[in-house]
Amino acid sequence: MRPRQSNFWKVFALPTVIGLFSAAGLFAALLGDGVWDALSWLGLGIPAIIALRGLLKPL
Amino acid sequence: MDGFGIFEGLEMKSKTIRRWSFVHTWTSLICTVFLLMLALTGLPLIFHHEIDHLLGDAAELKQMPADTPQLNLQQLVLAAEEHRPGEVMQYFGYDDEDPNGMIAIMAATAGTEPNSSHTFMLDARTGEALEMPSANGGFMMFMLRLHVDMFAGLPGKLLLAFMGILFVVAIVSGAVLYLPFMRRLKFATVRQDKSTRLRWLDLHNLIGVVTLTWALVVGVTGVISACADLLIAAWRTDTLSAMVAPYRDAPPLTQLAPATRLLDIAKEVAPGMKPDFIAFPGTRFSSEHHYAVFMKGSTHLTSHLLTPVLIDASTLQVTAVAERPWYMDAMGMSQPLHFGDYGGMPMKILWATLDVLTIIVLGSGVYLWVVRRKAAKPVADIAQAQA
Repeated sequence: MRPRQSNFWKVFALPTVIGLFSAAGLFAALLGDGVWDALSWLGLGIPAIIALRGLLKPL
Repeated sequence: MDGFGIFEGLEMKSKTIRRWSFVHTWTSLICTVFLLMLALTGLPLIFHHEIDHLLGDAAELKQMPADTPQLNLQQLVLAAEEHRPGEVMQYFGYDDEDPNGMIAIMAATAGTEPNSSHTFMLDARTGEALEMPSANGGFMMFMLRLHVDMFAGLPGKLLLAFMGILFVVAIVSGAVLYLPFMRRLKFATVRQDKSTRLRWLDLHNLIGVVTLTWALVVGVTGVISACADLLIAAWRTDTLSAMVAPYRDAPPLTQLAPATRLLDIAKEVAPGMKPDFIAFPGTRFSSEHHYAVFMKGSTHLTSHLLTPVLIDASTLQVTAVAERPWYMDAMGMSQPLHFGDYGGMPMKILWATLDVLTIIVLGSGVYLWVVRRKAAKPVADIAQAQA
């Protein structure tokens, strides 16, 4: 692996993980109720909370 | 090689960055006004069920013993026709939440366009009609029409579909630009102390990148839904017209066979499936000579996929069980993924949160454009970001 590629992952590793959580969250609730719904709240809750934390960080 | 030179090495050239920046700036700017409108009107629509109940617009069925028998379909047709004399049935819809609440849609003629139809609820046990004001007008309908076609019919829908495509391009180009902006910064860095512009630049990047998947899914499914009229028209020419070809020269029906047994007939040929709605002859989901019973799968996932059973409206013989082309499935799956109504109240709240976050990304994008136009060139931004 070229050193430059690690630069890519350094920037995109966490966004990719969050993206996978979101995608799993969007899909999970299509499969059933109960635990599937809870999985979707987790998957979509992660991006929402990270964004809100950045936004509400005190000046 | 990708033409833009991104993968020649991740040290993006300033020329490459400028190109992507140009794409991002202009796709965003063109669609922003429309996207803001969509995000704002979409917000109450997420909670339309709750708002209807709050405003007293939801039809409330009478309490009756649980084993009260239901009327048969033909009796319900007659009850509906009595309620709206001079009009004809277009659709009967089944409500999953309450099997006793049938949704009836009627209009002057079967072919009347959907916005001129009248929607109401029928108590399947008594045939009593209950009005559903928010399905026919009022604040929520106003929001819905703005959201769906801006009161401009098909051209409005297609314009919004195009804006949705620009939105998707803006998201992708934004993700590409995320790399040069963030190369020297830790994830989720928000620089608070330097300037208001840098704070909003960091927030735009952070909120944009974490909401990316959701925004892409809602964007793409919105584009698919906006093209629904075209997809239905394609289905009518591809699939439906072939199935009803033998009826092409048949005289128009003067009388319909009773609807009484439609569900039993459909269930025989589509075992294990549940009814979703019935399209009466002459509507755009059926032919001039058929009842079309749209059956859905009985699992969570397949409940969004519809299989139409075409039943001859004079002999009640099954003409065909239609195959579903892939684009009708795509349309079916797009609905929950766009509405966010498939995971209970917590999902609706998350949907609304992500919607508001998208409004913030749109607003901060416009702000950053205005400020940057006053000051420096895009490449200077990156120098600053990397400082």
